[in-house]
Amino acid sequence: MGLLDYDFMQRALLASLMVGLVAPAVGVFLVQRRLSLLGDGLGHVALTGVAVGVLTATSPVWTALVAAILGAVLIELVRARGRTSGDVALAVLFYGGIAGGVVLLSLAPRGQATNLDSYLFGAITTTSPQDVAVFAGISVVVLLSVALLGQRLYAVSDDEEYARAVGLPVLGLNVVLAALVASTVVLSMRVVGLLLISALMILPSAIAQLLARSFRETVLLACLIGVLVSVSGTATSFYTGTPSGGTIVLLAIALFLLVTSAVTLRESTARRRHRRRVDVHDAHPHEHGTACGHPPVPHGDHVDYDHDGHLHAPHHTGRGVHYDEHGGHPVAAPPNR
Amino acid sequence: MSERPPAIRLRGATIGYGDVPIVRDVDLTVGSGEAVAVLGSNGSGKTTLSRGLLGLATVLDGEVQVLGAPVGRLRERGRVGYVPQRHSISGAVPATVREVAGVGRLARLGLFRRLGATDRRAVVDAVAAVGLADRLDDPVAALSGGQQRRVLVARALAAEPELLIMDEPTAGVDAASQEALADTLAAISASGTTLVVVTHESAPLAGVLTRAVVVDHGRIAYDGPLSGAAHHDEHLHHHPPERQPAGYRMDQPTVTSGPRTTADRER
Repeated sequence: MGLLDYDFMQRALLASLMVGLVAPAVGVFLVQRRLSLLGDGLGHVALTGVAVGVLTATSPVWTALVAAILGAVLIELVRARGRTSGDVALAVLFYGGIAGGVVLLSLAPRGQATNLDSYLFGAITTTSPQDVAVFAGISVVVLLSVALLGQRLYAVSDDEEYARAVGLPVLGLNVVLAALVASTVVLSMRVVGLLLISALMILPSAIAQLLARSFRETVLLACLIGVLVSVSGTATSFYTGTPSGGTIVLLAIALFLLVTSAVTLRESTARRRHRRRVDVHDAHPHEHGTACGHPPVPHGDHVDYDHDGHLHAPHHTGRGVHYDEHGGHPVAAPPNR
Repeated sequence: MSERPPAIRLRGATIGYGDVPIVRDVDLTVGSGEAVAVLGSNGSGKTTLSRGLLGLATVLDGEVQVLGAPVGRLRERGRVGYVPQRHSISGAVPATVREVAGVGRLARLGLFRRLGATDRRAVVDAVAAVGLADRLDDPVAALSGGQQRRVLVARALAAEPELLIMDEPTAGVDAASQEALADTLAAISASGTTLVVVTHESAPLAGVLTRAVVVDHGRIAYDGPLSGAAHHDEHLHHHPPERQPAGYRMDQPTVTSGPRTTADRER
């Protein structure tokens, strides 16, 4: 029996596709701002929202969205006023949110409070067609906002003081980012659960930043990785009968470890290659200079010397002059450079 | 065409943090196109003075006008460029030289407009002006410290500012990079941009800066030609004020979460 033969799995895969795409697109700004745990804090606040929804018999998605956005705006205002540190404000929000949620849910009539688990750890297969519609709406709004304001959000996340000095609306942009995080939290609630939300925002960015060279590349790669782990994790959970949230997060962590070790391996072989090339130079030693006969080649902020077709970059170390191999240039360097 | 207003005008200005004044009752006018060094020992208030001009410190009393408008209410953003005192710019997420410099252009574009062809050209020109044209698409983390500081200068230049405020641009930069920076600043100054450079060593930029303002204990102790400030500055260096704890750079922003003390605010 195929995966796509079930309506609930179709909806589940659709939901995980949206979450996989949206969560990293917002999360990368949190990583840049070194505020990775904001998503967790807002997830806890969303639980209070869920509880209010259950108690008042309104849709928990909407009440969670309202609670998370209120929490997001509150934390930015506290940070901007500067009386309490962002760290402490976040902690208060964390515990207040989850305590409020647990207490309120316990007041609910018997039978309803039992689905606390599905909010904490995700219950993707219970996604209703209405949920899918709401998620699609949230996804479009979040992705549009990031596309429209991405560069400003990057500017504020990268160097808040500079952004303020040149007159970008720092507080406004911070509130917008926090509201985007809150929306993403609510979107991810069903798929990975409130306790694991940050994982899908942070892990794809953490993997992407190991591989990418630019911020733009990082965002696109993070979204790609997010979709990959989210959809494949959901599919895997169908066959293994494990919870979707935990499966997705474990997949993402496995990928993170894999990429980290691949990058480490690449760097160490590059260092070994570097040492071998240094040996090449040591085999016929002299100090490069204007009179050594090797053509000088300006390279960025220093001068390389063309040494039998490979470029030597001298730099001073504690033990004298050391030569780096700055390859990549053809044998004959352009004479006018 | 009417006469351009002075780039900076302070009248009885008191600037500080919270409600603690650091710079007291200062009068200062910097004309359009001038190149001014703001000198002073650590803790003298020179950084606070510059941060007051940028809206990063509070104007507690008096009047601070930048480009003819009260500071903080400047509607035409992007006319002021700022190079903060930072030694590295590599954040958590990789970014290219082009991306970092591009941020400088955003303030001119309002809230939603994207970088157009003119803006992108300005960013490329700004990076070329600091001599990093061949590194445009390299990650900033791959650059040396001196090169990273030049990227910060490019970020400020990308806005094509009328007033450029720099905080210790030569600190921790090797001699070759200092020379490159001096050349860049000379070209910018020649094009009519007003320069305000906060520094504790005016020597590397002596060829560019013509006027010196020496700040001491929150007041202006000297205002005149740069050459005349040498003795004054020297004097301050050898006899730091006694209230300054040894080894503590009062002009460097520090983040502390402990109880606020006077020293905390004297950033």
